[in-house]
Amino acid sequence: MTQTGTHAATGGQNAGASAPATLNLVKAINAGLRRSLENNDKVLVMGEDVGKLGGVFRVTDGLQKDFGEDRVIDTPLAESGIVGTAVGLALRGYRPVCEIQFDGFVMPAFDQIVSQVAKMHFRSGGRLRMPIVIRIPYGGSIGAVEHHSESPEAYFAHTPGLKVVTCSNPLDAYWMIQQAIDLDDPVVFLEPKRRYYEKAEVDVDGSPDLPLEAARVVRPGTDATVAAYGPMVKTCLDAATAATEDGRSLEVIDLRTLSPLDLTSVYESVRRTGRLVVVHEAQRTLGIGAEVAARVTEECFYSLEAPVQRVTGYDTPYPPARVEEEYLPDLDRVLDAVDRTFTF
Amino acid sequence: MTVETVADPAGAVPPEPELVQLLTPEGQRVPHDHYDALISDVDAVAVQQMYRDLVLTRRVDSEAVALQRQGELGLWASLLGQEAAQVGSARALRQQDHVFPTYREHGVAQCRGVDPLRLLALFRGVDQGEWDPRETGFHLYTIVVGAQTLHATGYAMGIQRDGAIGTGDPDRDAAVIAYFGDGASSQGDVNESFIWASVTNAPVVFFCQNNQWAISEPLERQTRVPLYRRAGGFGFPGVRVDGNDVLACLAVTREALQRARDGEGPTLVEAFTYRMGAHTTTDDPTRYRLNADLEHWKLKDPIERVKAYMIRSDLADQAFFDAVEAEAEELAVHLRAACRELPEPTPTSIFDNVYVEPTPDLVAQREAMAAYLDTFDVGEEESHARAGISGEVAR
Ligand SMILES: Cc1ncc(C[n+]2csc(CCOP(=O)(O)OP(=O)(O)O)c2C)c(N)n1
Repeated sequence: MTQTGTHAATGGQNAGASAPATLNLVKAINAGLRRSLENNDKVLVMGEDVGKLGGVFRVTDGLQKDFGEDRVIDTPLAESGIVGTAVGLALRGYRPVCEIQFDGFVMPAFDQIVSQVAKMHFRSGGRLRMPIVIRIPYGGSIGAVEHHSESPEAYFAHTPGLKVVTCSNPLDAYWMIQQAIDLDDPVVFLEPKRRYYEKAEVDVDGSPDLPLEAARVVRPGTDATVAAYGPMVKTCLDAATAATEDGRSLEVIDLRTLSPLDLTSVYESVRRTGRLVVVHEAQRTLGIGAEVAARVTEECFYSLEAPVQRVTGYDTPYPPARVEEEYLPDLDRVLDAVDRTFTF
Repeated sequence: MTVETVADPAGAVPPEPELVQLLTPEGQRVPHDHYDALISDVDAVAVQQMYRDLVLTRRVDSEAVALQRQGELGLWASLLGQEAAQVGSARALRQQDHVFPTYREHGVAQCRGVDPLRLLALFRGVDQGEWDPRETGFHLYTIVVGAQTLHATGYAMGIQRDGAIGTGDPDRDAAVIAYFGDGASSQGDVNESFIWASVTNAPVVFFCQNNQWAISEPLERQTRVPLYRRAGGFGFPGVRVDGNDVLACLAVTREALQRARDGEGPTLVEAFTYRMGAHTTTDDPTRYRLNADLEHWKLKDPIERVKAYMIRSDLADQAFFDAVEAEAEELAVHLRAACRELPEPTPTSIFDNVYVEPTPDLVAQREAMAAYLDTFDVGEEESHARAGISGEVAR
């Protein structure tokens, strides 16, 4: 057995302390992974460059040093292999946490994820479990070349048997990664890379205040509801702040879980505000927003004052970096959509 | 609990894998029974041309790294150290041959007549690689590792179907070359392409630049046998060449391409070289590799080696070297200015070319975007005030 980290939650910086630490999203996930590795020796971290380099975003920084090469595994450059071998390891009782380096590179593993990982429990009549977490840094606004800025969540949310979650802030990230690892179902865990360096206080010794599969009202409001997830939550919070200038009070909901979708707080909110705007970076057509709009229409038809509005990426491939800010929903597009809900 | 590592299977790794070398690091020409004949036509002019290719390639690369540092490019994948592998193999190509590159083949691009400015445009983020593969025979850069090896194989199958191999007509018989890295050799696509090429006997050369690293992962994370020996298991020949020796790369690739054109099927060429720089401009190699390795490989520099050979063998005089230097400088100055002047894409251009004919839905989305952007001219103050609150850049 290799050496385990003595203290962990904050990468050793805060050894013994119980005070909240200020962590960015990268460090928060790192701390969550570290705790899971400590608490359960069946947990494995595997992926390209996750060892010495600590991952291209340093999310796994220091983990191999503390837990050894057997538990934090630099894999061959083969995504289908990363997920496919995780299936076998899971069948043998391990709990692999796979890192896919960038959103665009999950596609070589797509077959393993949707045809194998997602269906194993169902096919085996419940006998076999797939406690696998597939971490994917996703989304744009980092000035990258193609295949480095995509939002593939709808492909996975469309697949029964997978759970799909995404965090928007360090506190959630810290707990959600641990909850995902503890879950006996496979989880696609989406990390908004443009928010990786945003900081918040994280009480690393407390306990999570929400189950993994629950949405969160992040800002209460009365005039319209804005539902978003991952990288767009901050954009929507900024829009809500800006909207107060127009005398409008927006309620912002972080969906957090995309499959299963937790829309209870959205229904409750829309019944009060009568207006809903759904925001995501991914392309519009057949995206998460379409599902939210359909469900809210089914559940809250008589409360709606206006059709549900969507603010999304356009139905084009992710564009070259020099035009990505025009492609991505921004605060003004969110506010415009809110305005539209008041014109009916 | 330690995962046991299996000892090397007996004989799997020969102590000194055979490496085709025609020039020593000191620039001494080493005679070779087999490969000398393949470059018997290479005279002083041809060596000078390759030297020029090498120097210009390196200059484009170093200029691009500098431009990235100045914020003019989002990213750059440097080829420093791999110039000879690229130039040597590219100069073995004929006009009708086709190249399927990764994202680091700037030297091959240059030999195929792709304007280096087009490479800069891709990494600057103004487009996604807008050279014409039909004109240059140099296909688009491929970021998803390994995918292009299958495209290359399929293209080669097309050439085969068209009867453009084995006719003996040097202007007709064609071949394909696929570039990829040691890391890519682990991808399913690459292994599938080996199978396809083998069973169809497709006219394709797999040119692996083994630069020893896949970002932070050393070769040992990808393979337990020398990569060139993989070919045997798939049923075609593999050869390892000194990737820092432009003459050897030329000779070995010429032979492989000719086999393909003659209808004898695929070859795997492993160019044994070293990535001298970072993986890309966002990478920090000091986290995972030793300085001593760099120092060791510096002594094998592909450009210094040819230069020493040329001086030693009287293939060029100082005036020639000065002229190439001046040309490289001129190219750098040109690129520096031209890169900054690359036209920005218009926002609505993102709707171009999604389909051959725009769909009604996309036309509507384009109009909506245009209308939305127009509101900034009218109500610019208001919207910027809104954006200012968050510090998010709205436009
Ligand atoms: C399918 C896929 N997975 C991951 C990546 C991220 N990535 C880009 S380059 C690279 C390493 C490639 O190494 P190698 O094939 O040896 O080529 P080199 O970059 O060294 O030339 C990785 C992991 C990718 N581009 N595509």
